[in-house]
Amino acid sequence: MTELTKLNLAEARDKLVAKEITAQELTQAYVSAIEAARPLNAYVLETADKAIEMAKASDARLQKGEGGALEGVPLGIKDLFCTKDVRTTACSHILDGYVPAYESTVTANLWADGAVLLGKLNNDEFAMGSSNETSYEGAVVNPWRREGDDTQLVPGGSSGGSSAAVAAEIALATTATDTGGSIRQPAAFTGTVGLKPTYGRCSRWGVVAFASSLDQPGPITRTVRDAAVMLKSMAGFDPKDTTSVDAPVPDYETALTGDIRGLKVGIPKEYRVDGMAAEIDSLWQQGIDWLKQAGAEIVDVSLPHTKYALPAYYIVAPAEASSNLARYDGVRYGLRVDGENISDMYEQTRAAGFGDEVKRRVMVGTYVLSAGYYDAYYIKAQKVRTLIAQDFAQAYEKCDVLLTPTTPTPAFGIGEKLDDPLSMYLNDVFTVPANLAGLPGISVPAGLSANGLPLGLQLIGKTFDEETLLRAAGVLEEAAAFTAAPEAWWRA
Amino acid sequence: MSVDQNTVRKVAHLARIAVQEDELDHFAKEMSTILDWVEQLSEVNTDQVEPMTSAVAQNMRVRADEVTSPPLRDEVTRNASGAEDGFFAVPKVVE
Repeated sequence: MTELTKLNLAEARDKLVAKEITAQELTQAYVSAIEAARPLNAYVLETADKAIEMAKASDARLQKGEGGALEGVPLGIKDLFCTKDVRTTACSHILDGYVPAYESTVTANLWADGAVLLGKLNNDEFAMGSSNETSYEGAVVNPWRREGDDTQLVPGGSSGGSSAAVAAEIALATTATDTGGSIRQPAAFTGTVGLKPTYGRCSRWGVVAFASSLDQPGPITRTVRDAAVMLKSMAGFDPKDTTSVDAPVPDYETALTGDIRGLKVGIPKEYRVDGMAAEIDSLWQQGIDWLKQAGAEIVDVSLPHTKYALPAYYIVAPAEASSNLARYDGVRYGLRVDGENISDMYEQTRAAGFGDEVKRRVMVGTYVLSAGYYDAYYIKAQKVRTLIAQDFAQAYEKCDVLLTPTTPTPAFGIGEKLDDPLSMYLNDVFTVPANLAGLPGISVPAGLSANGLPLGLQLIGKTFDEETLLRAAGVLEEAAAFTAAPEAWWRA
Repeated sequence: MSVDQNTVRKVAHLARIAVQEDELDHFAKEMSTILDWVEQLSEVNTDQVEPMTSAVAQNMRVRADEVTSPPLRDEVTRNASGAEDGFFAVPKVVE
């Protein structure tokens, strides 16, 4: 059975179509692996019965040769995606027991293509965090450990359940969301591939909102090819999301030609920041050399406003969050704490229902949007955002993709940064700019740190040019030949 | 420190989050740390710059204002902590 979970998505898909394996035996292998991996706390809800039932239906379709693009492929879904009749809480106490009456567009697309739901995955509360430690359901443990050291490490965040599940081989692939790096940073911390598509590529409808101008769903997978397959199914025009792009979805898998001769790869000098680990710097240089050897042309570019991306983000994201989270008032869903009057009920419900990080961001957001501060903070940040987008536009006059590290450090210990919000925020220094500019980005596992932890390299592409991005990522993946895997210490 | 305890009290009320007196100092310190740090944006000259309104250039779509789904009252109210006769129930607002 273990053998089956070793297959990646593309391999499993091909074997399912060839009838070498069945969806039911594949799904059963994952159900068993999930049970054995509970110490990781990656799943907040296991849906084994539903999974087996869906797999049975997939087998029937596969038998008739009527399978969809993901027929019989077992997936884990981040708890931010609404799943019809399956509990969805965004890992917040305030959504206790919430059971959506509808399905998010992205997950509906996946089920329409034949995928199987294994369960809901842990994440930072409302996706606010970079370590998965703010979840009301508790922290997720990274399957990876430092060499000769059993300190428990974070899997990154906010999609920490999604990254840990792929790394521990307890899902064939997972869905995730990225507002400031929440797909790419956890992928880098777990030796997996994380793809944040262009803003508008995947529908946000039915995804619990954090910061609407930045949120974008995408996959976390074992390989670049798997990411291409997942994106093809997740993406598509959705009239229910006003920012969804009405454009055809390319066949991303065919973009993986392995040929990047003549591709211009930009290296932004501003990403060489203070405090970046030396091994990250040398991995970056290694990545440059790999792409050069594959025939790419390396171009030095400048993104002068890079250092202002994080502070701009920490105005825009909390401002939008404070507005989006106004809906949690104890009336329509989730938790209600009674008060002396209706206003007191709102205040008591939100005090009990939100965790510290969410309160912090909602209050900062409320402050920067309040009378007298709106122009100084929010409008100022949106102007800086324009400058950051212009930086990218100018760089893309000289190159096709950008290569950078994904994170300034490898995974850190659980609890290490929890009392220092600012140092936690700095995790996202390389990922936030792409969100502010709406650009697609991908993290590819590229090497190990001196103490044996995975490190990622990030490629950032042009708007709606995921094909070039994936093509370059495929070449990077092949050159890096990353085959390391964590030891399965979590199995009893 | 840019945020004092009174400001926290005011902002918490605007955000409809009950904050205890003994939490005020903690929130004031944390909010100040964040707001002092974002202050570095004032170094950037944005005189001739338009604020971004959309991450990806696109025109806002419009649609006809019409009902497109079947009646969903039961589905919509089934998650409410208080629902009666297909309505959301809240504490008495008007005497």
